[in-house]
Amino acid sequence: MTAAVSKGARPSLRHRLADRGFDRILLLVLPALTFMLVLFFYPAVYGGVLSFQPLGGKGGPFGDYAKFFGDPYMRESIWNTFRIALPAALFNVLAAIPIAVRMRGRVRGKRTMNTLLVVPISLGTVLVSEGLLTYLGPRGWLNRTLMGLGIIHQPIQLVHNMWGVIISLIITGFPFAFLLTLSYISGINPKMEEAASTLGAGPWKRFRYVTLPLLAPGLAITFCLTFVLAFAVFPSAVLLGNPAGDSHVLAVAAANAAFQQYDYPMASAISVITAVFELLVVALVLALRSRLYSGSTAGGKG
Amino acid sequence: MTTQVLAAGQRPRKRTVKSPFGWIVWAAVIFFFINLFAVVAAVVVNSFGTQWFDTWLPSGWTLNYYATAWQSYQLSNILVVTVQVALTVVVVSLVIGAPAAYVLARRNFPGKKLLMLCFLLPIMVPPITYGIPLATLLYQLHLGGTLAGVLIANIVPAIPFVILVLTPFIEQIDPNIESAARMCGARTWQVLLRILMPLIIPGLLAAALLVLVQTVALFEMTFLVSGPGSQTLVVALYYAVFASGIRPAQAISAMAVIYMLTTLVVLVIALRYVSPTQMVAQVREPSEH
Amino acid sequence: MPKATFSELRLEGVTRAFAKSVALSDLSLTVKNGEFVALLGPSGCGKSTALNCLAGLLPLSAGTISLDDRRVDTLAPERRGFGMVFQNYALFPHLSVRRNVAFGLQMHKTPKAEIARRVDAALNLVQLSAHGNKHPSQLSGGQQQRVAIARAVVMEPQVVLMDEPLSNLDAKLRHEMRGEMQRLHRELGLTTVYVTHDQEEALSLADRLVVLHDGRVQQIGKPEEVYLRPVNTFVADFMGYRNLLAMTADGEGAGGDLHVSGLGMSLTARHPIAGDARGAVTVAIRPDDLVVGEVEGNRIDVLVQSVEYLGKDFELEVQTEQGARLFLRTSEHLSIGQRVTIGVRPDRVMVYS
Repeated sequence: MTAAVSKGARPSLRHRLADRGFDRILLLVLPALTFMLVLFFYPAVYGGVLSFQPLGGKGGPFGDYAKFFGDPYMRESIWNTFRIALPAALFNVLAAIPIAVRMRGRVRGKRTMNTLLVVPISLGTVLVSEGLLTYLGPRGWLNRTLMGLGIIHQPIQLVHNMWGVIISLIITGFPFAFLLTLSYISGINPKMEEAASTLGAGPWKRFRYVTLPLLAPGLAITFCLTFVLAFAVFPSAVLLGNPAGDSHVLAVAAANAAFQQYDYPMASAISVITAVFELLVVALVLALRSRLYSGSTAGGKG
Repeated sequence: MTTQVLAAGQRPRKRTVKSPFGWIVWAAVIFFFINLFAVVAAVVVNSFGTQWFDTWLPSGWTLNYYATAWQSYQLSNILVVTVQVALTVVVVSLVIGAPAAYVLARRNFPGKKLLMLCFLLPIMVPPITYGIPLATLLYQLHLGGTLAGVLIANIVPAIPFVILVLTPFIEQIDPNIESAARMCGARTWQVLLRILMPLIIPGLLAAALLVLVQTVALFEMTFLVSGPGSQTLVVALYYAVFASGIRPAQAISAMAVIYMLTTLVVLVIALRYVSPTQMVAQVREPSEH
Repeated sequence: MPKATFSELRLEGVTRAFAKSVALSDLSLTVKNGEFVALLGPSGCGKSTALNCLAGLLPLSAGTISLDDRRVDTLAPERRGFGMVFQNYALFPHLSVRRNVAFGLQMHKTPKAEIARRVDAALNLVQLSAHGNKHPSQLSGGQQQRVAIARAVVMEPQVVLMDEPLSNLDAKLRHEMRGEMQRLHRELGLTTVYVTHDQEEALSLADRLVVLHDGRVQQIGKPEEVYLRPVNTFVADFMGYRNLLAMTADGEGAGGDLHVSGLGMSLTARHPIAGDARGAVTVAIRPDDLVVGEVEGNRIDVLVQSVEYLGKDFELEVQTEQGARLFLRTSEHLSIGQRVTIGVRPDRVMVYS
């Protein structure tokens, strides 16, 4: 009787597509996708292709890459970028952990503190650089205070070198890392630590064996995002650092190639190199992260 | 930390500092804030000072540099451009991003992960790496240096942002509510307009404000694409600091204060509707969903 | 939506396959106008899939759904004219109770005066007239469910679909709402397809039950048929036949009775489902069909293993000499370690091959 209906009758293509989640609603994604394809992926591919077409065809397709890696000054910019971005990102995340641990739950003044912390993020590196130039300068308040306290006798040089850049990355990056870590740590059910304490674990052991493993995947993401921000360092490297010396980072090298030498293939080649190195670090961290526990941290019904 | 072992009933009480660990943490936080405050104060003080050399404070006070900055940097033009860019970017990125966020929140289909990656990549790579080729292209299309070019370049990072904020927001709205509306006889557009729209307004507002804050502060994209008539405030400030020998340092500081005030106005408005953690936490799980 | 009457809702070979699994296979069912049919089964049995297919929220992989001669499975959900009540109510949180109920009428461009009249009537029916201006979040779970019902019935739909409407309520409220549902169905006479995993709910509400398992129909019948004569071990197990025993059929005795033995027991079954089967069979007996004392020659000697007090009676776990465990419910107070003889009426012994 009815068995015949279901057998043989193959559902229409539209039906089968709908079964797999393809229906008209999916078209809503098209404007955004088109936009990203045209204005992000196409330029990226265009830049990639351009990087293999050096001006005047010098040195064949890999000419600009060979030039970049063959020039110690240019090659140095990779090292400069890492030397600034890695310590800044590491410091931001490591400093964020104990403070976030302390600030979870209800703590007096937390909301005010969080609000104040958003200020440097939204001010951005350009303004922070301008402020630091005055504040960290040889006659700035910081050197004045340190000399007044007798800690130093000569002003220390904190601007127009990589220290200024690192400090600017901490001022904008630390609040970012902290707020992110705080949101991860708030997602961990405090009952789990309470359970650990009923089993006899002290504060350090609770942190080491319960909170930290649950927090680790979030920390990996936090590190990645903080690192991306630091790796992209540009305005503060120019304004606050020594863009021709120890702050000659990849972004500066790329911008110089594009806007001073008008060598777009070279600028593209440097962009490709920047993206590759940065994504390598991100991929490495995410690969390590995938080996960690990454399930729910809410703990049952919460 | 003895405070941790409080009974459940006592937990809502706010904790105060008791342990050495707590003291160290607070000291570090206060140290950070003192420096942050000093950085901001240095700019503000400088902008009001007549002359400031080897002393704690300037030798005299004046408002003149604000007038100088306003005129010599043509700040009224720059502010108009900044507002135009920020508002347009907000509207366009919402209109383009929200439908995509809806699809990502509601549908499962092969290739969804890839699509998600597509939208995340612009956030994960330094803006300068895709900004330079994009700028090159825009110049070829004679859009470089124009307001339109600046708008386009700023929308690129804004769309992923909108999608990241809105997707989890839409996910937490029960899909049965949409089914219920259908069962009441509502057509697709009626479901979207009469049911979904009112429910995601808080999410749209949050996304709009976050994009607004981001766009006002976003330096790289505008820097790469803008020309003399299409600079936003942050780029103008960069050029002013970069060419700091040309005009008095106090004028640059005055301009920085104006930029700071603009940002803070936007920020204060934003913080009325979104929490500080939300300002960063929408990028929490870029590898999932 | 033009209000059409119909005499039967027909599902033929309704199948729903997902990418890897078949959630519902070959469901055929005819629902008469005004009938209350319950789709019953454990979670994952396909009952909700069936309901969503009926609603149009899921496309069919095969089969047809029609109202008399009019096919409806090709129509979008909003064009079928069915009402639906969801497990989690799915009220519109941004609209007041009144506007929730009025929503469907507005969608159909009903005149304002009529909307007001019908919404009043619907709210009256579910006894929520006093709460019309509240928002869903201000109501209790039971009240929210009433709003959901009012929202569905105000359209006077041809068919009302209910997806476990009571399962989010606590036990007391669930019982109360069950009475309410009965009253509504009696008063409105709406054709209802009701999904539940609660056999008690299904038995008390429905005119007819459809028991599903693994996407397949196991049994369709009146509540008492399904309850008293489950057609297979799955339905028996689901309907509370807790004692499922592997025994051997010895062949037909006098008057169509079947003799089964094994596990130290020897029982007579009347009207056995499995007919005159021989060999290995499964015997199913409800705990409350087992009684203390021999019944019509059916006797089992057992040792009481555990006693659980349930208020009005006791649930006992007993063991035969050969180690088979049986569950029975009795009002007699027995103690652990006691030896007793129990029995069961031959017509309450189900045998399945």
